[in-house]
Amino acid sequence: MAAHLSYGRVNLNILREAARKELREFLDKCAGSKAIVWDEYLTGPFGLIAQYSLLKEHEVEKMFTLKSGKLPSADVKNIIFFVRPRLELMDIIAENVFSEDKMHSSRDFHILFVPRRSMLCEQRLKEQGVLASFVNIDEYILDLIPYDGDLLSMEYESAFRECYLENDQTSLYHTIYGKGDCARHVANMMLRMKREFAGSQNQILPVFDTLLLLDRNIDLLTPLATQLTYEGLIDEIYGITNGYVKLPPEKFAQKKQGEASKDLPTESKKLQLNSAEELYAEIRDKNFNAVGAALSKKAKIISAAFEERHNAKTVGEIKQFVSQLPHMQAARSSLANHTSIAELIKDITTSEAFFENLTVEQEFMTGVDTDKVNTYIEDCIAQKDPLIKILRLMCMQSVCNNGLKQKVFEYYKREILQTYGYEHILTLNNLEKASLLKLQTSSRNNYPTIRKTLKLWMEDANEQNPNDISYVYSGYAPLSVRLTQVLARPGWRSIEEVLKLLPGPHFEERQQLPAGLHKKRQQGENRTTLVFFLGGVSYAEIAALRFLSQMEDSGMEYIIATTKLLNGTTWIKSLMDRPESQIS
Amino acid sequence: MTFITANWNPLGEAFYRKSELYEMCWNLRDGLRDCLVAAAPYGGPIALLREPVRRSPSSRPQLEIYSASGVSIASFPWKSGPVVHLGWTRHFSMGQEVVQSQVLEAKVFHSPYGTGVAIVTGSSRFIMATNIDDLKLRRLPEVPGLQGKPSCWVVLNQDRQTKVLLSTGSELYILDNTSCTAVSLPGLAPQGGSIVHMSVSFSYKYLAVLTDSGHLWTGPSHLQDKMSEVDTKKLTPPKQMVWCRRPKSQQPSVVLMWDRLLMVVGVCQDTIQFPTEDQCVLVGEMDGVRIISSTNQELLQEVPLVCQEIFKIASMAPGALLLEAHREYEKSSQKADEYLREIKEQSMLGEAVSQCIEAAGHEYDPNTQKSLMRAASFGKCFLTDFSPGQFVTTCRELRVLNSVRESSVGLPLTHTQFKQMTLQVLIDRLVYRQFYPLAIEMCRYLKIPDYQGVSRVLKHWASCKVQQKDLSDEAIARAMCAKVGDSPGVSYSDIAAKAYECGRTELAIKLLDFEARSGEQVPLLLKMKRSQLALSKAVESGDTDLVYTVVTYLKNEMNRGDFFMTLRNQPVALSLYRQFCKLQEQETLKDLYNQDDDHKELANYYVTASYREKRLESRLSLLQSAVDEYNKAKNEFSAKATEEEMRLLRFQRKLDDEKGAGLLELSLQATMEALLALGLYKQAEQLYRDFRVPDKRYWWLKLKSLAEKEEWDELEKFSKSKKSPIGYLAFVEVCMKSNNKYEAKKYVSKVTPEQRVKAHLAISDLDGAADAAIERKNDSEIATVLSRCSAADRLLIERLNRASTAKK
Repeated sequence: MAAHLSYGRVNLNILREAARKELREFLDKCAGSKAIVWDEYLTGPFGLIAQYSLLKEHEVEKMFTLKSGKLPSADVKNIIFFVRPRLELMDIIAENVFSEDKMHSSRDFHILFVPRRSMLCEQRLKEQGVLASFVNIDEYILDLIPYDGDLLSMEYESAFRECYLENDQTSLYHTIYGKGDCARHVANMMLRMKREFAGSQNQILPVFDTLLLLDRNIDLLTPLATQLTYEGLIDEIYGITNGYVKLPPEKFAQKKQGEASKDLPTESKKLQLNSAEELYAEIRDKNFNAVGAALSKKAKIISAAFEERHNAKTVGEIKQFVSQLPHMQAARSSLANHTSIAELIKDITTSEAFFENLTVEQEFMTGVDTDKVNTYIEDCIAQKDPLIKILRLMCMQSVCNNGLKQKVFEYYKREILQTYGYEHILTLNNLEKASLLKLQTSSRNNYPTIRKTLKLWMEDANEQNPNDISYVYSGYAPLSVRLTQVLARPGWRSIEEVLKLLPGPHFEERQQLPAGLHKKRQQGENRTTLVFFLGGVSYAEIAALRFLSQMEDSGMEYIIATTKLLNGTTWIKSLMDRPESQIS
Repeated sequence: MTFITANWNPLGEAFYRKSELYEMCWNLRDGLRDCLVAAAPYGGPIALLREPVRRSPSSRPQLEIYSASGVSIASFPWKSGPVVHLGWTRHFSMGQEVVQSQVLEAKVFHSPYGTGVAIVTGSSRFIMATNIDDLKLRRLPEVPGLQGKPSCWVVLNQDRQTKVLLSTGSELYILDNTSCTAVSLPGLAPQGGSIVHMSVSFSYKYLAVLTDSGHLWTGPSHLQDKMSEVDTKKLTPPKQMVWCRRPKSQQPSVVLMWDRLLMVVGVCQDTIQFPTEDQCVLVGEMDGVRIISSTNQELLQEVPLVCQEIFKIASMAPGALLLEAHREYEKSSQKADEYLREIKEQSMLGEAVSQCIEAAGHEYDPNTQKSLMRAASFGKCFLTDFSPGQFVTTCRELRVLNSVRESSVGLPLTHTQFKQMTLQVLIDRLVYRQFYPLAIEMCRYLKIPDYQGVSRVLKHWASCKVQQKDLSDEAIARAMCAKVGDSPGVSYSDIAAKAYECGRTELAIKLLDFEARSGEQVPLLLKMKRSQLALSKAVESGDTDLVYTVVTYLKNEMNRGDFFMTLRNQPVALSLYRQFCKLQEQETLKDLYNQDDDHKELANYYVTASYREKRLESRLSLLQSAVDEYNKAKNEFSAKATEEEMRLLRFQRKLDDEKGAGLLELSLQATMEALLALGLYKQAEQLYRDFRVPDKRYWWLKLKSLAEKEEWDELEKFSKSKKSPIGYLAFVEVCMKSNNKYEAKKYVSKVTPEQRVKAHLAISDLDGAADAAIERKNDSEIATVLSRCSAADRLLIERLNRASTAKK
């Protein structure tokens, strides 16, 4: 089921197993049949841990979504609320419990807080007078959810917002080269926690050689750019949530022979995307321009494999062919799916709008005319293109120009307020607070220095057979990944000057290991680094890191962890403020 | 050494020995006469209460506590009433009922559930608590015909139940929770007489009963069997009667003590008699009996089998031979080889080594231990695959035992007892006796993980240290830091809590500073009313929940002003509280910003609030407040933008009132769009001018709007009103979007040369596009045109190709 998690250098399936075990233990605490009331937000992450079948084995008979009013009737002994510790959810739960009491039923209530129990919430339940109704109040520490063989995410959407807008760094609590304020904060916290736990659990063989903590705010640029890897584009266009993507159904209509495709499916097609799928693992990190070739190559291999049957003469050969059939059929349907997806994406990437947008992005990244009002942005506003698109471009221009000139800045802001409404003044304020937008204060723009020293722009990015990480953005090498690369070789000492230009401190801590725990490295065995992106990471950055892992002479393998998988759109969205949405 | 068997006394098949443990260090004037004495098992301390029955109400007897070697540990006057019985427990109170009725007799007992106590009250009722840590008093059923106290009684532990076995003289009863059952001793001779004394073994498995005719009955405590019956020929009841046996006892016995006589009565009916000079007290241990007198203390025990085998005269056991071999070896005699050969011939060398090691463990005298261990080590040399584990462990343990047996420490533990009570408990005992250096040495020597060893000792040391009133806070804190340092598992907050308990708040705060886990510091700090500090520690811990806990606490404790001031010094707490307020208490949020003079946030707050407001008037007034605050924050842009917003709102309302346009809630752009759609060109124009909308955007808007309404004349007029800021390609494209090629054509000629090819292509005029491209001699444009050509446009293709080659 989750075999793809254990393929990597570090077996992440252990984490998943541990999470499952804990879940089972909690469910068994509530004896008898049960119904789960879900905080809808949690169903996605939980899907990565346990399927319905596991819940069913533990007598979970019904599942509801948490909403105010009366609970749907269900003939079960236990009602379990799976919720995030948020006050507004507590109010809903209280309402649920109250309406239940009137019916004189004898159902037991339980709460499972994910990922942390909160006294504040319990206090609220107490105020509402329902705290005593709960038999079990527990927490389910779901911090790092394994996504893939080399990818962990906390799925904590608001981490960046909380750290840079609300000045609330406590989301970092859960968690040693590092760069950035939050990274420093986390490192301090870790050192302290290590002191606390010393003696009790130090006898564990370390699986990672190095931990690199990176703040999102040292590299604000990368997520803003449109990702050009296959997976990145799927995410940009359709959005990948919890490893699933929903696609328009038209292309996936089953065309059976003799049957006209008159009734197109109306429900969108849901596909799971991870490295368990052989083909996807192969093409996910390729630049989209190289995907077509890969797909057609695969198609040839598959059809050749099917042709084999004509060569099968003896019973033995036929038997062998048949035994491979299921695998081949799976490969064929996988190929069909991805061909459809690639077609969908191609329709978009070949459009003029996409091209123009990309051109402007690349102009910004190479430093062309970043200090003037950009006519494309202007036109987009006039055409009332989606606000997030505008903000993405604007932020990008600001980042690449070390802030915008006052005239330019105010012009953009006015345009946005007049076109999209004055309420967006709050969003603009937020972006400013997070330094995504800023006023140019000094005449010196240090982005070009950074770009040149770190070789962030490669003129001749090879999309088909890449030789540098810049292929993921067709020219732009993500700053965050470049830093990682330089750290491995030749080391940060060589780029001291540039590091000083980036926000926040950089540091190095070396942990003392008890003697005997030093791993004996086999000849040719790579070192492992855990790169933790505080504030989110994009699929293209992941692709770039995977590329580094695969490079023969890198000598380093990367495991990636993050607070949230993001792209420019979801990221900007998390920073927006819509007053009307706060009414509820 | 040859006389090791000198103090052995045969009893049946086995031997008993009485060996001296200590000469008592105490100096008791009157010996143990008239004293209540209780000694804790496992070589525990001795409590001594002089003259328990007060002679006069004013005299207060002294309760003295000594170590097993007689070193005084504590002493305090007994302030309560007459003492009936002395036993070792923890501190507890038995409650009102017991206080009201007189306690005639009491017994302290140990059960799997902990330490229990049983008493007989003045009304001849038994009350029992099986575990004093979880005190539940149970009144046992009444015993028929019992007046006063029973002649003798014991507490039994059977089948996980605690029962009382009592005798009223002639009758024997078992009392449990629900019933009182008469029982009889199986096989007790009828002429036995009435029962005067009972004793139950250390393990509660065996019972010994003495009758007034001097018959001693022994049997298992479930009373279904009899082991033996011996006539002691003594008619006076003994002072004390105690079982003496050991695990895997060959020959268990009961020790009876009279004034000048100690009699060991074996189950085999054999007896040994020791005369005693002095008043003694017997203390039952799991593997023997301690005999405490005013001058010395002895251990009476059955000689362990392995020791018997080695030391018994003329023993041929392999261990004995090995010991002999080693002795000869040390004398450099070749006999060593003979002995060794003899053992090896029987292939018993391994056995021999094991025996020596085991016997060494049982010996009390270090010299004997040494000679046995040496012999074992000698024998080991001739073995190839003998695991050294047992040897090493025994060496270590003996070293530990010898050091705690020292008179100054006074823990006369046998190896068997040590194994039973475990090292953990031993360390605890040392710690309670405040032998910290010894305990730490021991932990280090035995390589116990710090967590269970050194740290635990240090923790105790520290909590003891903070109670030393004669030392300054500073000195204690310094000592603490030096000694405890970063030892894992030592909780400074626990120590600080102790210091606070002793009223040393300042010290407690100093100590909390050393605490690594901020989370642990918070509760105590709150308790000590150091809320500011608690808050900063909570923030440090990074635990949101903890911060909220402190914040909520502060909010209830302080007045609003102070509360805000406190938060102000803690930015993280403040931000958290702000977030809380954003969700829960909008009004407080405003106060917070006000307090901080954070005009920008205040302005943002008003903006947010304005969107919650339904009525336009209130909305405008909130926005006005926002403008004021933005101005105060010197945020000119936002102030202006907000003013604009107000202007727009007023404008929208006016038009809504006049024309019912439904403009409210629309953005400026959308408003203009709506106005244009409604044909209210003048008003749209007014907005465009009033709000200084950039020409480009306005032109786009008007262009699209007119095209959508298909107002082509109006569009043409508009295009001629002045030079288009968005060029004319836009006009072409928009017209084409409305599928009006005719109108589109009108604007093609106005398009700038750079865009002319595109314009022609937009209206699918390939010839025009080709002309433009050729005229401009632009290769890429030519290529673009070519790509649009179909096979039918052969002539055109040729022309284009010619043009591009001609250029080259």
